[in-house]
Amino acid sequence: MFAAENGLKGDPRLQAISDAIRVVPHFPKQGIMFQDITTLLLDHKAFQHTIDIFVDRYRDMDISVIAGVEARGFMFGPSIALAIGAKFVPLRKPKKLPGGEVIAEAYELEYGTDCLEMHVGAIPPGERVIVIDDLVATGGTLSAAIRLLERVGAEVVECACVIGLREVKGQRRLNGKPLYILVEPREIDGCC
Amino acid sequence: MRRALILYSSNPIYSQLSTTRAPPGYVVFPKRDGGWIPPSSSYQPPVFRMRNYKCTLPPPLGSASDSVANRPKMASQDEQDPRISKISSAIRVIPNFPKPGIMFQDITTLLLDTKAFRDTIDLFVERYRGKDISVVAGIEARGFIFGPPIALAIGAKFVPMRKPNKLPGEVISEEYSLEYGTDKMEMHVGAVQAGERALIIDDLIATGGTLCAAIRLLERVGVQVVECACVIELPELKGRERLGDKPLFVLVSSD
Repeated sequence: MFAAENGLKGDPRLQAISDAIRVVPHFPKQGIMFQDITTLLLDHKAFQHTIDIFVDRYRDMDISVIAGVEARGFMFGPSIALAIGAKFVPLRKPKKLPGGEVIAEAYELEYGTDCLEMHVGAIPPGERVIVIDDLVATGGTLSAAIRLLERVGAEVVECACVIGLREVKGQRRLNGKPLYILVEPREIDGCC
Repeated sequence: MRRALILYSSNPIYSQLSTTRAPPGYVVFPKRDGGWIPPSSSYQPPVFRMRNYKCTLPPPLGSASDSVANRPKMASQDEQDPRISKISSAIRVIPNFPKPGIMFQDITTLLLDTKAFRDTIDLFVERYRGKDISVVAGIEARGFIFGPPIALAIGAKFVPMRKPNKLPGEVISEEYSLEYGTDKMEMHVGAVQAGERALIIDDLIATGGTLCAAIRLLERVGVQVVECACVIELPELKGRERLGDKPLFVLVSSD
């Protein structure tokens, strides 16, 4: 669901956040209008608003873990985790997590597959988790994250993204889990 | 699933393992023959203590010219902020990762300890708040975990320093040496302005190669790098020397 439909209708912070995101046409390839959140991170007020909105939502939902998807999920997740007193768990690309036992979940890319990994034992079963990433597009990465977390017995309460389409592949949920999204992607006016 | 390799290592750091002072909770002890006793139960917030972590907390930052005076004296650790020992205990050391002989400092366990993670950020924020720092540059990827909370708390921008081809739009890049070969670090053009005062954050400094590349990137566009800040230093690898006149602030030193 969008924040604007869920209690934040007309909240000026959402407009500030949307305006702070830069659209880079044709990256990484022709036809893709890349939603660049690095400009949001340069706007201290808008970045603070982003974190505040997620914190306000999750503070009283008894969330004990924020799981962030590498790498842009790392830019948002820890600040939220610190503010609500939750642990932060990084969900990483292959071979980055050291030692111990690691579980992996593959997911499809447009061409080929990729993999997300997590430390076994990082999350005791039954803990309530929010998954965070900067953007949801096809939902492939987030679905893999949900599967990973459910394999260790965690309860995924919601997926949170700064940017997302109104519907992901025609669904408003992902693997049955709700999505909470702040803003929609923007196009650039007059661009091909 | 992967399991940690159990290999004997002749690495001098490995042979300095201390086996005194069993902490409360559960503990992983190295075996004398070089093996490793794995945790017998699931991953609790571990108290892995492989060595005596030293705190290095030099006096608070003054102007940039204080940098020499601020170099921590490793030999004398009279005061230690009480938060430091908990932070240090929360860091897990993984032997022989990513390859034999390397003792990997795993901060993911620190991130599971909400108080220790909070304290880590607070220690940096207390040092840098009110020092007119407008940029916190974080090095991919673990610098992205510590940098943004610090940036938000001190009112600064966060600028990610990334591996090649990740940043969209126009970038400047800096090549740096690895043990074998080179790598490249990139930053967005226009993210920072000449004259801004910046910190560079990463989880750990080893040889200092990555931090030096980040310093060069920022200085090329006229930014003043006030200090480099890391959670952990591996002093044997002499990263501090490689930074030259750039000050380095770390919370724990692993030797």
